[in-house]
Amino acid sequence: MFLINCPYCGERDQSEFVSGGEAHIARPKQPTELNDDQWAEYLFMRKNIKGIQFERWNHAHGCRKWFNVARDTSNDKIEKIYKMGEQPPKI
Amino acid sequence: MSKNLRINNKQFVDETRKLSFIFNGKKLYGYKGDTLASALLSNDIHLVGRSFKYHRPRGIMTSGSEEPNAILQIGNDDALTDPNVRATEIELYDGLICNSQNCWPSVKFDIGGINNFLSPLLPAGFYYKTFMWPASFWEKYEYFIRKSAGLGKSPTKQDPDMYDHRYMHCDILIVGGGVSGLIAAKIASDDNKKVLLLEDKELLGGSLIYDDNDISKIDNQKSSEWLKKLIENIKNDKNIIIKTRTSLAAYHNYNFLLARQNLTDHLSVNDRNNKIRQRLYKIRAKKVIISTGAIERPQVFHNNDRPGIMLASAVKKYIDYYGVRCGLENVIFTNNDSAYETALSLHKSGTKLNAIIDIRDNSSSEIVNKVKSLGIQIYWNHTVVNTKGYKRINKIIIMKLNDKGNDVIGKKIELNCDCLAISGGWTPMVHLFTQSGGKLRFDNKDNIFVPDKTNLDQLSIGSAKGDFELDDVLKNSIKDTKKFLNIENSNFDKIDVKCSKEKEKKNIWLLPSDRPLSKTKPFLDYQNDSTAKDIKLALREGFKSIEHVKRYTTTGMGTDQGKLANMHALGIVADTTNTNMGDLGTTTFRPPYTPLTFGTIVGRNVGQFFDIFRKTPMHEWHVENNAKFENVGQWKRAWYYPKDGETMHDAVQRESKAARESSGILDASTLGKIDIQGTDANEFLNRVYTNAWSKLQIGKCRYGLMLNEDGMVYDDGVTTRLSENHYLMTTTTGGAANVMSKLEDYLQTEWPELDVFLTSVTDHYATASVCGPNAKKIINKIFKDLDLSDESFPHMSFKEVKLGEINCRVMRISFTGELSYEINVEASYGKYIWEKCIEAGKEFNITPYGTETMHLLRAEKGFIIVGQDTDGTMTPVDLQMDWIISKKKYDFIGKRSLYRSDTIREDRKQLVGLLTDDPNEILEEGAQIVKDENKKPVDMLGHVTSSYFSPTLKKSIALAVLKEGKQLKGQKLLVPMIDKTIKVTVSDTIFLDKENERING
Ligand SMILES: [Zn+2]
Repeated sequence: MFLINCPYCGERDQSEFVSGGEAHIARPKQPTELNDDQWAEYLFMRKNIKGIQFERWNHAHGCRKWFNVARDTSNDKIEKIYKMGEQPPKI
Repeated sequence: MSKNLRINNKQFVDETRKLSFIFNGKKLYGYKGDTLASALLSNDIHLVGRSFKYHRPRGIMTSGSEEPNAILQIGNDDALTDPNVRATEIELYDGLICNSQNCWPSVKFDIGGINNFLSPLLPAGFYYKTFMWPASFWEKYEYFIRKSAGLGKSPTKQDPDMYDHRYMHCDILIVGGGVSGLIAAKIASDDNKKVLLLEDKELLGGSLIYDDNDISKIDNQKSSEWLKKLIENIKNDKNIIIKTRTSLAAYHNYNFLLARQNLTDHLSVNDRNNKIRQRLYKIRAKKVIISTGAIERPQVFHNNDRPGIMLASAVKKYIDYYGVRCGLENVIFTNNDSAYETALSLHKSGTKLNAIIDIRDNSSSEIVNKVKSLGIQIYWNHTVVNTKGYKRINKIIIMKLNDKGNDVIGKKIELNCDCLAISGGWTPMVHLFTQSGGKLRFDNKDNIFVPDKTNLDQLSIGSAKGDFELDDVLKNSIKDTKKFLNIENSNFDKIDVKCSKEKEKKNIWLLPSDRPLSKTKPFLDYQNDSTAKDIKLALREGFKSIEHVKRYTTTGMGTDQGKLANMHALGIVADTTNTNMGDLGTTTFRPPYTPLTFGTIVGRNVGQFFDIFRKTPMHEWHVENNAKFENVGQWKRAWYYPKDGETMHDAVQRESKAARESSGILDASTLGKIDIQGTDANEFLNRVYTNAWSKLQIGKCRYGLMLNEDGMVYDDGVTTRLSENHYLMTTTTGGAANVMSKLEDYLQTEWPELDVFLTSVTDHYATASVCGPNAKKIINKIFKDLDLSDESFPHMSFKEVKLGEINCRVMRISFTGELSYEINVEASYGKYIWEKCIEAGKEFNITPYGTETMHLLRAEKGFIIVGQDTDGTMTPVDLQMDWIISKKKYDFIGKRSLYRSDTIREDRKQLVGLLTDDPNEILEEGAQIVKDENKKPVDMLGHVTSSYFSPTLKKSIALAVLKEGKQLKGQKLLVPMIDKTIKVTVSDTIFLDKENERING
């Protein structure tokens, strides 16, 4: 069970959070301009890497805020937590 | 106790408190402080069970959690009996009842024992090889296998005991209250850290607390005396919380650990009343120190499993701690110095020690010299080649080892022996370390796996990390703990330790015998009856990975997870395949470390607390009026209200007829309600719904369909514009929380520029929905001043009105097709308004209806239920709801997906109506629809999603999803059932009132 440092509330148990998958996949501003392949790229394709992965988490049973987490998927270590809209850190 | 097995030892066992217990029907006695095992041994009982496969007699072998044999059924109460309890771990209490498990009819005469003579027919993989064919026989085999396998019996009644959960937080968690753990606790506490110290036994101190020889000394005191002072000191330390009888069950990532505390298992049954039996601690520790110690290894030789053969350290503990002799004719068989401590304890207690067999050439350590000086005969460079005695060992046969240690030479020597104390060295308890994800390193010198790399803030100390000699244990524990806690100095820095250093080491994983291996039974895993022979067979048959060998031979697969067996199994694999043990890797240990009862895991979440359920404010009324309930998400919703013994079908027919002919009332409080406010609320609705919202006027309602980004229908509901920038959205009952999360997600992450605020108000309002031709009259009776004319209050509009002091939001919306009003009030007025409606509707036979009738009424009108008629693969086009997709809007969630190559396929499954040729035949929901039954394989065209008998139409109606359904109207199809085939015709989805006239009453 992770211990997650919500940027708004502080350290809380993982059971208070839900994971929202890979981060930094912005919804296209003009979806109608995209062909099927480009839209599918946004809609379906995720990297699922081993190593540092940037992902979205939501403090669902707390402040309900979304934020970003840089997590090493090989050992679940959280390297960095940063707010929505911020750029991914260099790790 | 006629044999005089008790020696005078008043330190840990209270001989003034005699306790009686019953073992296999026989009344016996022990003392307070005994374990069940020590009490049995004091009664000269070694034989406690039969082995799993061969049903060989087995005796108590250890004094701890690694015990493979002494596994008993405790208690004979159908609700309270506990299977698979290790006699070495359970403290004796007055009135304890226990029975051997794996034997029939009795432990002394066991019919399964015949397997022992059949054993050439029961090799490794026997079950896999034999019971494979013919496959159809498996069910027959299974019955016999399960019957003869017979580990303990589960309780058959509900567990009446109480269990508890508690969260704990600490700076330093120390697992194991032996000497290294105690020192670490003190160092941490002196540094002002909050320490939690767990010990699975009743008392702190580990094995040093009963160490009574003069060879090991700390600060010039007997080590046990020194330790007792430290324990007193720690008990008075405010920084240290001590939990005894508490064993660590699991070590998870982020230093999250679970520990189980036994609170009543050591009390007599009468003293347990109204007490919590066990407590599960959920611990979050900043740092963890593992000081779980080591367990002794057996030696692997022919017939090494007879009752009376025990670990040397256990023999020592039974004497020094419990004051119990395990035999009167003892022999020690060892490959290392530690068993010589047992020799000293036997000598000191006046217990006869016939000889020591040592596979080493010699040792001249202080402790061995001391034993030599006592005149005890030591057979150096010898091994045991066989043992005798069926139900209890009575003789051993020893021979000299050759130079290489791979064969025996010379004459056989026979020695009398009723207790053989064996020691094959020590294995650090690294289970918790590996559970936490730590990686091990193989130490070639000591033939042990020791903790190596970890990602967590943790440290292993003492013999858990591979230090076995007292001075190593103490000095390294002090040094490592200081470094781990970043401390310069401690009060232990000048500690002075004297002990006997082990000089010689020698290890032979499988000891040679004068017989060929195929004629011997050198056991590795006592619980699963796997021998060294089985391992070799598995290797010959081509199994290479240790994980495969383990499963094929079942070595290490018992309830003890192979605590004793694993190292020898690995060693024999390495020897046979000429591999370095370190390259083989170990098997994985998984939580729990020792078995947990289900009660501990679920804690208080039993019975009505198993899961939370939500009740509407009108719930009590439904109960009083005989409603049957169904679960919708966590809600308890009134399902139907049977009258005078009605079946569900009868009740639903009556309820729906009443709603169509006069009036019905539904508790709609469970619908999800989201309060939406902000200057961009309207734009927000445009983005999340498929239809257009810009022109919705204040006081008007609109139905909306919400998609996922993949274009599939996600939720639906009516949203009302309460004022300029204020909307109330309703969602499906089950989807409320998900819709809320999804909308929040878009607001926070995709559209943070929008000025919109969402609040879930589902629980804040109660909703009574009154429908039917007489609904207007009823509402008029309640709200006398409200203008209900179609001009003032048309369909899909809303009015705010007061009933006395109560603010009511009345919406004229309909899910049944009837004229219908929904009254929303603050939840606390819910029951009041409901009863008001019932009272006002009395003269119109207002009939409460449940979810089943609601489903029928809406199906007559062809209204979908998201989640019943859709399953996450239906687009609005598939649902024939093209009308709700705005052509003007540039974008909304899911829009782009509606013209992906897959979503525009003509042959997608589409929503249709179905009518059975026989109007009385009701289809089963989920039934498959086909065109041609004879062309195999039969093409499945779709399935029935909703099906009812309509009392208004007097025929059966159904909704279904069907491939190319839109093209198939009027087509005859088949619904094959198990006993018949039902003929159906594809129809329109609207069965009743296509002109929508009823909506106006
Ligand atoms: Zn938070």
